[in-house]
Amino acid sequence: MAFFIEVLVGGLLAGVMYSLIALGFVLIFKASGVFNFAQGAMVLTAATTYAGLVDRGWSGWAAFLAALAVMIVFALLTERLVLRPLVNQPQISLFMATIGLTFVLEGASQAVWGSVVRGLDLGIPDTPLEVSGVLVSKFDLVASGTAGALVVILASFFQWTRTGRALRAVADDHQAALSVGIPLERIWALVWAAAGAVALVTGLLWGSRLGVQFALTQVALKALPVIILGGFTSIAGAIVGGLMVGASEKVAEVYLGPIIGGGIENWFPYVLALLFLLVRPDGLFGEKRIERV
Amino acid sequence: MIYREAGQFRTTYAADQRIFPIVQDRAGMALLLAVAFVGVPLVASEYALSGLLIPMLVLALAALGLNILTGYAGQFSLGTAAFMSVGAFAAYNLQLRLPGIPLLVIFVLAGLIAAAVGMVFGLPSLRIKGFYLAVATLAAQFFVDWLFTKVGWFSNYSSSGVITAQPMAIAGIPLETPVRRYLLVLSIVSLLALVAKNLARTRTGRSWMAVRDMDVAAEVIGIPILRTKLLAFGLSSFYCGVAGALWAFAYLGTVEPQAFDLQRSFQILFMVIIGGLGTVMGSFLGAAFIMLFPLFLNWAFHAVVRGGEVRAGLLSQLELVCFGALIIVFLIVEPHGFARLWQIGKEKLRLWPFPH
Repeated sequence: MAFFIEVLVGGLLAGVMYSLIALGFVLIFKASGVFNFAQGAMVLTAATTYAGLVDRGWSGWAAFLAALAVMIVFALLTERLVLRPLVNQPQISLFMATIGLTFVLEGASQAVWGSVVRGLDLGIPDTPLEVSGVLVSKFDLVASGTAGALVVILASFFQWTRTGRALRAVADDHQAALSVGIPLERIWALVWAAAGAVALVTGLLWGSRLGVQFALTQVALKALPVIILGGFTSIAGAIVGGLMVGASEKVAEVYLGPIIGGGIENWFPYVLALLFLLVRPDGLFGEKRIERV
Repeated sequence: MIYREAGQFRTTYAADQRIFPIVQDRAGMALLLAVAFVGVPLVASEYALSGLLIPMLVLALAALGLNILTGYAGQFSLGTAAFMSVGAFAAYNLQLRLPGIPLLVIFVLAGLIAAAVGMVFGLPSLRIKGFYLAVATLAAQFFVDWLFTKVGWFSNYSSSGVITAQPMAIAGIPLETPVRRYLLVLSIVSLLALVAKNLARTRTGRSWMAVRDMDVAAEVIGIPILRTKLLAFGLSSFYCGVAGALWAFAYLGTVEPQAFDLQRSFQILFMVIIGGLGTVMGSFLGAAFIMLFPLFLNWAFHAVVRGGEVRAGLLSQLELVCFGALIIVFLIVEPHGFARLWQIGKEKLRLWPFPH
């Protein structure tokens, strides 16, 4: 039983890391209806920029701010050069455009910083900690604390600020939001910048776990089942979905894996999410679609 | 002046229902086929045939399959490569375990097996739509990859799931030279393209388009949603399955499951979008472009930096940047793809040289 709980807790904490990436997806989808496949590449770009600068002797904070600035510039450019000309195009075109963006980011960040694997030390020890008989990694605790803080900040930002309300209005109906005078372009730039900041935090946490390398883009694929479980438009859904995916994936790998040959972590969350969608087609917390002819 | 349909009257129903109602189009098509079947094998080098034309045709076939699903029936899918993989492994296993079946029958059976798998993964489309469905089809992508790598039976217990396609022969004639393989691929692809072109004009094709435009409305006017969507998934996967079998047998010869990864699915999706959603010709134009453009970039970059010292890998990364940027530019400039450009060109040609 203690072993089961340990697996479960480990899974939940890993799930928080998935939630972080899912959060970036949800932010952008919520505000602009764009399924941003480039989130994984954004994570890579932010992390390599940070690690590259630290390698050149920058202090942690300076590198953090510089990486943040890079992500904000990227957000502004994306809004101006990609989103604005593609306004009113079908969603699949926008999705393809973000795949194009993925190539650009992956190529550019590797061209600038090289494709070496860099270690990243945030000064958080990855030592196990015993909490009432269950071993928990200290690093995981810090990571989930960060994720929790980010969610609280973003959720209260959406809920209580003027800009947050404008964001929700845009998410609800572009045209109506425009007609009451909400500047669509500025909102989009803001959301992409926020997603960039989330990508930076994600990149730092994942980067110190896996090393800053190209494989970071692959973690984005882990976040996709999370967002379809939680619903594309729900920040809370990203968290709950992440926890569910993390926990079930680890439990399945430990208990089901040996029976059918292991390595099922790659597809199990997808199948889980698929089955889930059969019952709830819009995810757990996604907005209900009402279709009229 | 040349491209004008004035004076071409359709006096029978049969004439009215032709695929190419204009005589110039028919002549152009005949010429194209003649060049492809007779001209190319005479002229093209072995490298051009086996390194360029065969993969291009095979990927065009897969793009055609995805176009049936996404362009005509409006269902997103990111699992194209998985269905190709099913086709390739099915063909290999059929050949291995049931010796004596003719090659073409094996390709058809492989396609049918892929179709069955595709229909299973298409089932969720009845409940979920749009990006939820796209992500759900990724389940097929990762599951199939895992299955063929982990379960040794599929690859006859070779290490890491690599299969080596058996040599091909039809009616005792071995198909080993690039020219023969090219002709085989070309015949299959042309035939299936013809079928697809016709399908779009049948009742099935029309109901796909109705479902694509609005499935609730389609249901209201009496189109069976379940059957229509599953048929689209099945047929699309059939095309992808045959393409996968050809990829293994006619192009590479040796395939591992990772040859059909997510990147391949994206590549085919790019072909469909850049070529033009919901057009048969677009699939071919898109495939040609996506195959040739990276080669052109590679050549251009090497021409530019010839002699200069460049860090290893930098060129390929810059190519990646250019490729991504070009995709975005293309989407902005012509969101309906090459097929739309072709249409515009035809309109212009119709007026030329007297625009008034």
